[in-house]
Amino acid sequence: MEERSEAELIAAVLQGDSASFEPLVVKYSPRVFATARRYARRESEIQDIAQEVWLKAFDKLKTFRGEAPFEHWLMRMAVRTCYDFLRGHQRNRISSFSDISEPEEDWLERFVAEPGNSAEDADAAKMLIDRVLERLSPEARLVIQLLEIEDRSVKEIAQLTGWSVPLVKVRAFRARGEMRKILARLAKEKYL
Amino acid sequence: MNLAELQKKLTAAARLQTPDDRVPYAFEKRIMALIAERAAVSGRILWARGFWRAAVSCLALALVCGAVSLFTPTTADNSNDLSQDFENTLLASADLPDNALTP
Repeated sequence: MEERSEAELIAAVLQGDSASFEPLVVKYSPRVFATARRYARRESEIQDIAQEVWLKAFDKLKTFRGEAPFEHWLMRMAVRTCYDFLRGHQRNRISSFSDISEPEEDWLERFVAEPGNSAEDADAAKMLIDRVLERLSPEARLVIQLLEIEDRSVKEIAQLTGWSVPLVKVRAFRARGEMRKILARLAKEKYL
Repeated sequence: MNLAELQKKLTAAARLQTPDDRVPYAFEKRIMALIAERAAVSGRILWARGFWRAAVSCLALALVCGAVSLFTPTTADNSNDLSQDFENTLLASADLPDNALTP
């Protein structure tokens, strides 16, 4: 069977042929899962986020005007769903660093001894940044993730989150401050 | 501890992580099943909602009619009885006197 274009699939779904939605799910699920895995750790939570993104996408498909690619529209939905997830789970944020693992402690000690030589590709560093990100507020985490880690522009973040450009800038400023405070707490707990 | 440097190092560590884009087996089937289920449920909900609205409207109408009949003052004289008038009108042709039909 000839492969139908995205626009044709979307038009078919809007005309009531919900089966035409399946190729879109197959094509874009890897991206949705990759996005969800940046914000959630447990597999069950990741699947819940991805499922919610797709159900929202189906319900709101009428609002897709086709001006931007479907993928951008879907990613906006994915980022906003992840943000909702972070807001919903912010009570579970842990404040103490008492559960830090031995490799993480070793990495920190190496960093204190020789800041320039500690490898940033070490698994311990990755685990540590995950811990730090988990302790950030939902807004701060989203901004740090998009701005500092994914290296997106302020304008792009504004489009993805639905926030205004000045709001993104304010939140980015606050997020960096929040991250510094968390790192200071980590340093205080471990080295004072 | 140099916190700015630590922040830079950890952010760089995060950048090096490429998120896993694995999709669970038959995930798309699950989504399609959920969509189909929701469509069926929403159809049933639509009907149920319609029936409830109709039931509420009927109940309200019955209450209004009951209230009207309860609070309308009735006269002892039955000549103004609506049912009697209705019956008289309906049977008017049958009640014609016998001589009315004869020339």
